Amino acid sequence: MPNTETYNDRVVRLFLLAAAVWGVVGMSVGVFVAAQLAWPALNFDTPWLTFSRLRPDHTFGVIFAFGGSALMGTCYYVVQRTGHTRLALPKLATLTFWGWQLVCVLAMATMPFGITQSKEYAEPEWLIDLLVAAVWVSFGTVFFATLARRRIKHIYVANWYYGAFIIAVALLHIVNNIVIPVSLTKSYPVYSGTVDAMVQWWYGHNAVAFFLTAGFLGMMYYFVPRQAQQPLWSYRFSIVNFWALISVYMWAGSHHLLFTALPDWVQSVGMAFSILLLMPSWGSAANGLLTFNGSWQRVASDPAAKFMVMALVFYAAATTEGSLMAVKTVNSLSHYTDWTVAHVHSGAIGWVAMITIGSLYAMAPRALGRPAMHSKRSMELHFWMHTAGLILYVASMWTAGVTEGLMWRATDANGALLYPFIDSLIAVRPFYLIRFLGGLLIVGGMIVMAWNLWHTAEDARARLIKPIPVPIPEPEPHQVPAPVPARA
Amino acid sequence: MAKGYRYFEAIEKHAGKLGILTAIMVSIGGLAEITPLFVEAHAITAVEGVKPYDPLRLAGKDIYVREGCYTCHTQMIRALRAETQRYGHYSISSESVYDRPHQWGSKRTGPDLARVGGKYSDEWQRLHLMDPRAVVKASNMPGYPWLAGEKIDAGDIVARMRALRRLGDPYTDEDLAGAPAALEGKTSLDALVAYLQGLGLPPEAQAAP
Repeated sequence: MPNTETYNDRVVRLFLLAAAVWGVVGMSVGVFVAAQLAWPALNFDTPWLTFSRLRPDHTFGVIFAFGGSALMGTCYYVVQRTGHTRLALPKLATLTFWGWQLVCVLAMATMPFGITQSKEYAEPEWLIDLLVAAVWVSFGTVFFATLARRRIKHIYVANWYYGAFIIAVALLHIVNNIVIPVSLTKSYPVYSGTVDAMVQWWYGHNAVAFFLTAGFLGMMYYFVPRQAQQPLWSYRFSIVNFWALISVYMWAGSHHLLFTALPDWVQSVGMAFSILLLMPSWGSAANGLLTFNGSWQRVASDPAAKFMVMALVFYAAATTEGSLMAVKTVNSLSHYTDWTVAHVHSGAIGWVAMITIGSLYAMAPRALGRPAMHSKRSMELHFWMHTAGLILYVASMWTAGVTEGLMWRATDANGALLYPFIDSLIAVRPFYLIRFLGGLLIVGGMIVMAWNLWHTAEDARARLIKPIPVPIPEPEPHQVPAPVPARA
Repeated sequence: MAKGYRYFEAIEKHAGKLGILTAIMVSIGGLAEITPLFVEAHAITAVEGVKPYDPLRLAGKDIYVREGCYTCHTQMIRALRAETQRYGHYSISSESVYDRPHQWGSKRTGPDLARVGGKYSDEWQRLHLMDPRAVVKASNMPGYPWLAGEKIDAGDIVARMRALRRLGDPYTDEDLAGAPAALEGKTSLDALVAYLQGLGLPPEAQAAP
């Protein structure tokens, strides 16, 4: 039988385009709201340009629009390659693309007009939430239907992470958004007060765990070995880390509510599990980094590999910091300050954005039918702009956060508070300026990437590229997965 | 090949089993932490004296939610000396039972507001919301001048109270019937100021607006 099956890279290309656009949009909004904190006149007394209404646009734009598009695109790419099969349900797959873009546009267009649930990272109102659920179930259907028709019996570990990402995000999204609608644009959650806070941070923390970690680890487990041109350092280790990560993370949400009205036992359980989280976090980071052992010279010459290595370093650093901040003693200082903002962004700009950019640079030429990206020098430029911006951002916000934490608790010899609140704001204003400059560099880098992708996509735009045939393996009834090492 | 491999093989070669096991593992943590709270929550709502928001304050709370004030202000005083010294008694669970969603927040670009009620005059709150730098020179808070020109839609607030009643908040028929009169001629700014001035007050003080 002649081999006529080809990979469906069309939907992958669409998501690639969307990720590049949303990356620029989401991060530009971020730079704008950062500027508003430094220069409040930039709110212009205009409702939809006001910081408090725009900040959710930044978080939604980078997490769900940029991150989500990159995750769905790479997921479709990886599941086909690792299963040696064409994507199942092509029409539904295309529908997930348009559905997700509709979700992103609707959410970003309604939140600045005050149509919001004001639940952090779950701001869009109930109608959009319903649409998210429908698109997400379709996404899961396409993914698992493709897995079901795979030709390689053994399911590669990247798909485990993508699968967990899809299942857990569905669960989190639905449970956190159960509401009673009052009108098309307003609803009340069924939870209130303490229960709502716990549900919200169970959601919020695990959006980090499954959207921003498990999904991107799926990306990492495929593209890092691909770019290092070596097998994963330890396949078994990746599986152990998988089960540890997905079961431990779900317990840790309450560390966002230390010293609050949440019952003490829940706080302590959250803190304990946050420390346990060091194991799978360091495990995954080490596994990725050690995969480069023996091919470190590639890092010098390949900007995509540079992004990946830096991403893994920041993954290790940000998760270490996170476990540390979940310890009550540290949390009493760090919580509510800009230290949290520094932590989130070392995870988001360092880990999430860099593994995404590295993977997009690795995937784009293949999906766009070119031997390499259009300009390697601009990839180098992007790397250094992004890294410099990241360091400016994290260092300034970390300093600001510690300053605030110390000023808020400082007392004189008589035990009276030393500083009124406004003094801490005056003290950190210069750091808001540095953060803004860091953000500018990062957005600049994203624009360089978008330009580079646009030129790499020339053949694709002219419809000159040929679909890549699926390599159909000989049937092997008793296939033994090679990567599992025998016990020494 | 290690002996245990066949158990593992059963998972890594079957997408269905892998999916189901993943779903089980991710559900345990949430169930263990949220279920007891959910059961306990019914006991907490019964605390005597804490009443649901009156119509004007409810409208104000919803404006607080609409404008996204939680992005810069918390309403959760932690049980730490420096916090109770600055903001007053630490926050307790029964104080936020009528907050849907909760407004505990996660970041203080501005100060905590859990007990801001009565700390400043109504007039100060008004001026500050219209133009924060008119009263606090170094502030970086945005102004919300449009609130002063926005009339409260009484019919809408009654629908909101009805929805909250369905969720278990003890609004009576009289509460609903009296709402339009209480909102007569009120602006969003009036409502938000009323809400802020009620934050953290003991229940007796809240009853008399």
